[in-house]
Amino acid sequence: MEILGAASTEGRLHNNHNEVRDFLMTNTETYNYRVVRQFAIMTIVWAIVGMAVGVLIAAQLAWPALNFDVPWLTFSRLRPLHTNAVIFAFGGSALFACSYYVVQHTCHTKLVFPKLAAFTFWGWQVIILSAAITLPLGISSAKEYAELEWPIDILITLVWVAYAIVFFATIIKRQVKHIYVANWFFGAFIITVAVLHLFNSAALPVSLWKSYSAYAGVQDAMVQWWYGHNAVGFFLTAGFLGIMYYFVPKQAGRPVYSYRLSVVHFWALIFTYIWAGPHHLHYTALPDWAQSLGMVMSLILLAPSWGGMINGIMTLSGAWHKLRTDPVLRLLVVSISFYGMSTFEGPMMAIKTVNALSHYTDWTIGHVHSGALGWVALVSMGAMYYLIPRLFGREIYSLKLVEVHFWAATIGIVLYISAMWVAGITQGLMWRAVNDDGTLTYSFVESVQAMHPYYIVRTLGGAFFLIGTLVMAYNLWKSIAGARPVEVAIPAPSGAH
Amino acid sequence: MSDFNSEFWNWYIILPTVLGIVWCFWLIWWMSLSSGDTASKDVEDTGHVWDEDLKEYNNPLPRWWLGMFYITLIFGIVYLALYPGLGTFEGYLGWSSKQAYEDEIAAADKQYGPLFQKHLSQDLVSLSEDTHGQKMGERLFLNYCSTCHGSDARGARGFPNLRDNDWLWGSDPETIKQTILDGRKGLMPAWGGPLGGAEGVANMTDYVLSLSGREHDASAAAIGQAQFNIFCVACHGVDGKGNTAMGAPNLTDKTWLHGASRALISESIDKGRQGHMPAHRDFLGEAKVHLIAAYVYGLSNK
Repeated sequence: MEILGAASTEGRLHNNHNEVRDFLMTNTETYNYRVVRQFAIMTIVWAIVGMAVGVLIAAQLAWPALNFDVPWLTFSRLRPLHTNAVIFAFGGSALFACSYYVVQHTCHTKLVFPKLAAFTFWGWQVIILSAAITLPLGISSAKEYAELEWPIDILITLVWVAYAIVFFATIIKRQVKHIYVANWFFGAFIITVAVLHLFNSAALPVSLWKSYSAYAGVQDAMVQWWYGHNAVGFFLTAGFLGIMYYFVPKQAGRPVYSYRLSVVHFWALIFTYIWAGPHHLHYTALPDWAQSLGMVMSLILLAPSWGGMINGIMTLSGAWHKLRTDPVLRLLVVSISFYGMSTFEGPMMAIKTVNALSHYTDWTIGHVHSGALGWVALVSMGAMYYLIPRLFGREIYSLKLVEVHFWAATIGIVLYISAMWVAGITQGLMWRAVNDDGTLTYSFVESVQAMHPYYIVRTLGGAFFLIGTLVMAYNLWKSIAGARPVEVAIPAPSGAH
Repeated sequence: MSDFNSEFWNWYIILPTVLGIVWCFWLIWWMSLSSGDTASKDVEDTGHVWDEDLKEYNNPLPRWWLGMFYITLIFGIVYLALYPGLGTFEGYLGWSSKQAYEDEIAAADKQYGPLFQKHLSQDLVSLSEDTHGQKMGERLFLNYCSTCHGSDARGARGFPNLRDNDWLWGSDPETIKQTILDGRKGLMPAWGGPLGGAEGVANMTDYVLSLSGREHDASAAAIGQAQFNIFCVACHGVDGKGNTAMGAPNLTDKTWLHGASRALISESIDKGRQGHMPAHRDFLGEAKVHLIAAYVYGLSNK
């Protein structure tokens, strides 16, 4: 929606009559909502795709025949497709949409370099499509959460650099003196993910679709989990805290609880997270000192993580009654609760003696999903309920359906994570049970057999969550169907800036 | 990548760790210090406003949260003093994962060793009739052997069935024990070339099928037999009954380790086969192998 371009031709002038009139009347700049709208809509599309694949592979674990003996449909190939689709396609699109919206609104300025911003949208979609094609074909660098092969890695780098330029240039052009806290988190997320991606994906290509990691042995494993855990820490935590810091106070209509808490937990969080990776490699060939540091820093991480939870939840003080009537706010607050829960669970699981039981079991999968479904997905969906109708100048079509979504999602998460807790602890105990003569009580396949009921419950939980997502998609579709994109004028900064 | 073994890397680990923890202390101490008069009920906001109505209060840091932060930091310092963590500093407890593992294994050997040793003096045949020994053997088998041979010991294609009393390397109990202790390597060479390609392989397949009385083309088998007498007799014998000294299978019975279908037999002749039973002497020790051997022997000798 280029206002100036539209004004220059009569036909389009007519089409954009209202916007142009607004433009002429106020004579102010408008926000770049185009790229925000594009990312917001793809957030919903990729949520459905990623979660549907998740439900399919969960069902395959319970009923392996569901891969139909088709190589492209086997668990091994669809699992990375699921993780890439939910983390980078769904989560990534949500982060792009929200950060582009928030940075404009809190800097009181238009996005700088609109063409570069458009490139980040189309580039990111091409990356996702390449993932959706190469992963089922079995093309994979075999690095968890970084499976894409080197040509796609290079495209990711280009898009990410463009993203950083657009974001930070907009920060520099801001019309207010102070940088809002949400932008600290978005900024840290953008910079750190760039560094992580570059180091972890360093590889020697041997052909167009095959490369070997630049690192070997335990060093490769350490780089991989330094990346892997910080993908959680910076992509799935810092980025989504940025979302929380804008949409929670906005939706609640309350100020953020504590500025100094923001300062402390931001700096402590980004310092501590970067060390936590070795807890993925307890009791391996990784040297003892690295394992110890990973465990200690993971425990120290508890307080900085909870700083974000406190700041989010306490923002509601004085507005608790709104939870009764506003299901969108409820989604956001429940997401913060799940954030608090999984950032408590994480440090506990990083303690070596706990990890000895939990590692390699489905407890880990449960932990990841309490973070991914409970925190990342719910906070994104809350933000989308806020964002999408506004981008089209509409209201939410049905709050009742938001309510339905909220309950379907919550029931789904509870089923999923409790099934995985029981499954994981059962596995851990079965694997370590010994007979009087020191031999193992159970063979591995017996522990697999014992998982069957929990895998069914997990599939059911995932299906509930997916149904909630479909309800959201329908609701948002009805909200914006037939609506024209809006142009919103940038207000002058107010307050003591 | 070379090992990081210079003194530089030691301090590269120690300094950021220690300074980082000290910095965390300073950060929360400084921020709780600057919280001003926490007794006052009025909470000021920072005066900043974004996007028309986005503001921030400046509430003091919650006490319980500060306490939790301090506790985790102090725990970290104590842990890093006791355990390895700060570069090459070994920690005051002198703990290492290698030592912990060795201690655990030594303790297990001390506790369980005698249980296994007890049966070592028993000969394999009588041990195979000993209910207690069989139970122990079965558990060991399920732990260490079932991955390939199956929890019912009936094997799978390429992995011998241990219940059918048909033995590639010999049936007596000491030979079975030998197989488990030192492993076996079976090798059937690829004969596609020497036999002159597809037709030669097909003729040979017909002859091999005829050995166990299965349906075959008699004229092709006759040509195959001539070749068999040149290439195959050295291992499988003139009568095709095999040779346990080199693990060459009997071709006149109904056991087909690598598949009984015409296509798979033909593939075995054409491309050859390899079998690998790993050695367990160093891994399990003789006492445990003794129990497993008696269990396996007992499976087909009851």
